[in-house]
Formats: sequence, C-alpha cells, structure tokens
Amino acid sequence: MDTVTATVDPDVAIAVRGLRKTYGDVIAVAGLDLTVQRGEIFALLGPNGAGKTTTVEILEGHRQRDAGEVLVLGQDPARPDPAWRSRVGIVLQGTGEFEELRVGEVVEHFARFYPNAADPDEVIDRVGLGAKRRALTHTLSGGQRRRLDVALGIIGRPELLFLDEPTTGFDPEARRDFWDLIRTLASDGTTILLTTHYLGEAEELADRVGVIAGGRMVTVAPPSELGGRAEQDATVSWVGPDGPKSVRTATPTQLVAKLQAEFGGEVPRLTVTRPTLEDVYLGLIGHDRHGLAGHDLSGHDREEMTGPDASPSRRGRRPVRSTRGSA
Amino acid sequence: MTTTTQPKIPADRRPSPDAASPRGGGQRVDLARLGARQIVLELRQFARSREQVMFTILFPVIMMVIFGSIFDAEIGAGVTYTQYFVSGMIASGLMVTGFQALAIQIPIERDRGVLKRYRSTPMPRSVYFIGKVGMVVVLAVAQVVLLLAVAVPFFDVSLPATGARWFTLAWVILLGTTACTLTGIVFSSLPKTSRSATAIVTPVALVLQFISGVFFVFTQLPSWMQQVAALFPLKWMCQGMRAVFLPDAYGAQEPAGGYELGRVALVLAIWCVLGLVLCLATFRWTRRQDG
Repeated sequence: MDTVTATVDPDVAIAVRGLRKTYGDVIAVAGLDLTVQRGEIFALLGPNGAGKTTTVEILEGHRQRDAGEVLVLGQDPARPDPAWRSRVGIVLQGTGEFEELRVGEVVEHFARFYPNAADPDEVIDRVGLGAKRRALTHTLSGGQRRRLDVALGIIGRPELLFLDEPTTGFDPEARRDFWDLIRTLASDGTTILLTTHYLGEAEELADRVGVIAGGRMVTVAPPSELGGRAEQDATVSWVGPDGPKSVRTATPTQLVAKLQAEFGGEVPRLTVTRPTLEDVYLGLIGHDRHGLAGHDLSGHDREEMTGPDASPSRRGRRPVRSTRGSA
Repeated sequence: MTTTTQPKIPADRRPSPDAASPRGGGQRVDLARLGARQIVLELRQFARSREQVMFTILFPVIMMVIFGSIFDAEIGAGVTYTQYFVSGMIASGLMVTGFQALAIQIPIERDRGVLKRYRSTPMPRSVYFIGKVGMVVVLAVAQVVLLLAVAVPFFDVSLPATGARWFTLAWVILLGTTACTLTGIVFSSLPKTSRSATAIVTPVALVLQFISGVFFVFTQLPSWMQQVAALFPLKWMCQGMRAVFLPDAYGAQEPAGGYELGRVALVLAIWCVLGLVLCLATFRWTRRQDG
C-alpha cells in the first residue's frame, strides 16, 4: 500500500507526492509535491513549460503519470470511474467547441450526465450567458466561450473544480465578473485548483499559491507571504522639502511616526510598499533558471508537504486516518 | 465527520459534511436514455451542418443521377448498367455515411477538444459510440429511402418484390452499416490532425468504390483486383444489394455463380467483430500531441 493511500485525510482534496512525467527526453514534471485542502482556492503559477498543465491533466485523469503518488478526492485519477468524474469539474485549457449547437442545448445535454446536476438555466445565468442561451456556440466571442466552458465545468455541482488558465483572453471587466463567480463557488464549499499566468488573479483569488518551475514545486504560501514577501523590507516614500525621498526599512511604522512628527501632520504623498507578487514571483522562477533552485525554499516546501497535514501549526487537530481511499 | 477549524479558509467556506461525502456514486445511469439523447444530439448537429448534409446524403444521389443517366447498356440477363449501378450506389452510400463521414468527423471533434470534454464527465464511454452508431443507422436508412425514391421512378429499379428480399435488404443495411461505422471509428484514430483526415480517408473510400463493383461491373475487373476487393466489406455489401434489387437470374453472372448471401453475411460479421476489437483497442479521446 502506498503511503498517500495509507494516510487519507478527508480534509485533503488533492495529495501529490513525487509526481513525475517525461515525454521522450523532456522531463515535464520532476518529482512534484502538492497538497490542496478541501474548500481551498489554490493557484498554480509558473512559466510556460513549467509543467503546470501536465500536472493538472494528470490530476484530472486525462494523462497517465510515470511515477509518484496521487490522490484526488481520495481516489487515484489514473483510473477515473464515473462516480469520481461526477464529483470533479474540469475547465480545460482551450475550448471544446461544439458544432451547430445552442448554448442552452449544450448545457442541458451535459447536465444529464451527472447524478446531481445543477439547473442548466441557473448555471447559464450564473456564468453570465443568460442573453446567449439560444446562440449557436460558434457565434460566441472568446470570453463567452470560456464562460460556456465554466458552465460545463460546474453543471455537475463538483466538489473539486479544475480551472486551467480560465481567464486568458478576458477583458478586465469580464475577469472581475469571473472572479466573483469563483468566489461564490468557493463560498459554497467547492475546492478550486486554478492555473494562471496572471499574478493579480492568483493574489485576488487564492488562499495559497504554488509556484512551479522546471517541473518542481518551488514554493507554496499564501499570496501575501510568498517568498517571504511579508517579512521583506518595506519601502517608505514621500516628498520632503528637498524633493522625493525613498527609504527601505524593516520598521516602516516607526519611520512613518517619525515623519509625522517632523511634518507635524500629513506627510506629503506618503506611500509604504512591499515587493509586489510579481517581483517575488520573478525572483522565484529566476532563481530556478540560474540553477540555484532555492534549496531553502524547497526545504520549506517539503516541511509543509510532509507534516501531518498541510499546515499543522494552525490547524490544532490530530491527523485523521480514514479508509475512504480504499473504500 | 467532525468539522474542524480550517486554517486559511473562512468559516463560511468550509465544505459541508454533505459536500465532502461522495455523491451519486451508487446511482445507475440510464444508458438507454443517455444513448437516445446522444443520438438526437448527433442528428441535430448533422442536420444543421449544410456541408455534411450535402456531402453525405446528397452526393450519392447526384452520383447516381449522373452515372445512371450516362450508361444504360444491358450487361446481361436483362439487367441494365443503370440498375447494376444503383444497387452499388446504395451500398456505397452506406459506406460514405458510416465509414467516410465518421472517419472525418471524429478527428474534427478530437481536435476541437469535444472528445476530451466528454471524457471529463461521468458519461459512460459507450454513450458516445451509441450516439454515432445511432446517427449513422438513421442516416443510412434515410439515404436508402432517398436513393430508391429517385431510382424507382427514373432508373427502372423496382422495390424488393418478396419478403425474403426485404429481409436481405434489412440485414445487409444493418451488418454493412455496422461494419463501416466501426471501421470508420477505427480509422478516426489514424490521422494526426483533422486536416489530414480527409486526405487519408477520401482516397481509401474512392479506391474501394472503384474496385468493389460500384462504378464498374465487378466481373469485368481483373481477377487480382477482385481478390483485393473481396477482403473489404464494400464488395460484399454491393453483392448483397444486387441480390435484393436484381433478378435471381443475374446471380449466375456473379464470380461465384450466385449471390452467396451466406458468405456476404459471414464476411460482414467478421468485419463487425474486427472493427469492434480494433475500435476498443485504439480509440483515442485526446489529440496525439496530448500524449
């Protein structure tokens, strides 16, 4: 019996250890670890070719792995059965375009495949396609097609939803609407695994972010803490009598208090900034590119992966052993 | 299960015990209902696609009208070339509907990600195939009706006169269409992309039509060509159709001196089994480059 199966935790939606996949000579995924809690929104970030889509497709049961232990909702996705499929929603990268069918027809048709499907009309409204119900799918715009993809991903009321680069090609307003939809789904208890190129999207939505580079998980952390972001020095900027000034400091509050005293009230054009997610992210994948693959980071990562659960210090509960995985 | 405090997830977003338990695992999916819905969906897509209607349904009719109008010499036993050609064209229409249409249509669906999307759902795999086979059977029957509707008044072909002939017509349609549909599905996994599908499939279908006794009287073909054709279903489907539409006397003109209905059934059945085995072993739900 493999170790992941032996320690099935009903609060863990996805458990991956030592995942490997090669295509010929190309190593797409090189020993990747990942744990996603139930109810969590988890974002996978990484440059093109980092192994994101390969990883997600293995988790979705669309691709076979070469090695590693994988449990998704307590089952091995390499042998997907209809009952498991009905609990997993998938929004693939790139649309599956139906010929000559109307939006409503496609959604209604797919609803019949699920034992506990949502109301098709409600789902169509929810993804913002209410006005397009009778439109043929090939007349939809790129963003509208993506919404149809999402509708088909959530029509079965999944416990776990995979979203592979869901908002590529959206305009900013459509992206905002989409984020609201994802938050609503998450608030209903749906676990969401998202891959994205947009750091803002990860920061906006995700409880935790995993950065993949070179087929490995480089780090896992809440967006605000990624790469030690929260602990890094802040930059305090203001406009003094001699012009703009900027100071990097570990104690910005002290500095601001001092400035307040100096100016006797408002400090002109005061800002306090930390490194952006993008700064941190580029640093992380840059490390990897130079072969330094942050050993400190992956060490931190491993600690998080191999604990009784993903974040033992904050959970205050004993690891649960369960037989659900083999049931 | 006991609900415990989740670390980073707000309390209102904790999964409910209900959501955490597997749902619907034990529910039986009504295969027949899903299959019927899939057939309706396929037919709806087909009917709305003008190129497909033209290519699959009308093309054989047009070919029949052209060839039937040009050649009308008698070829023996009081049978005209037109009559011979019409029976071959009916068999050929079944092949176009089953083999050619599916071998081209399925790669397109695979490229567009439609197949992968079906695989993402709990839909039983067989529902997809039921949909395709059902569509082909409906189209095949429609095809035969349409060809006969033109052939009977204009090309001196009469409807089967006896119950036995109607029965032959029914099983030749059934076995022939099934064999062609299954081999069409097998073929659909060969081309790398949907663009190369047409290039691979069209010549195969065309060559078979030339060597199987559709455009030319079979017995006039070189014997090596007859032997090659005898390996494939179309030759036997044409022979079966001749048994339905041509006089019994013409059977003496066949290579074996008769219509050999038993052998027709046997060869078509072997192709059905072979097609099914290959179809199950080789079908790909994802594009080749997807691994």
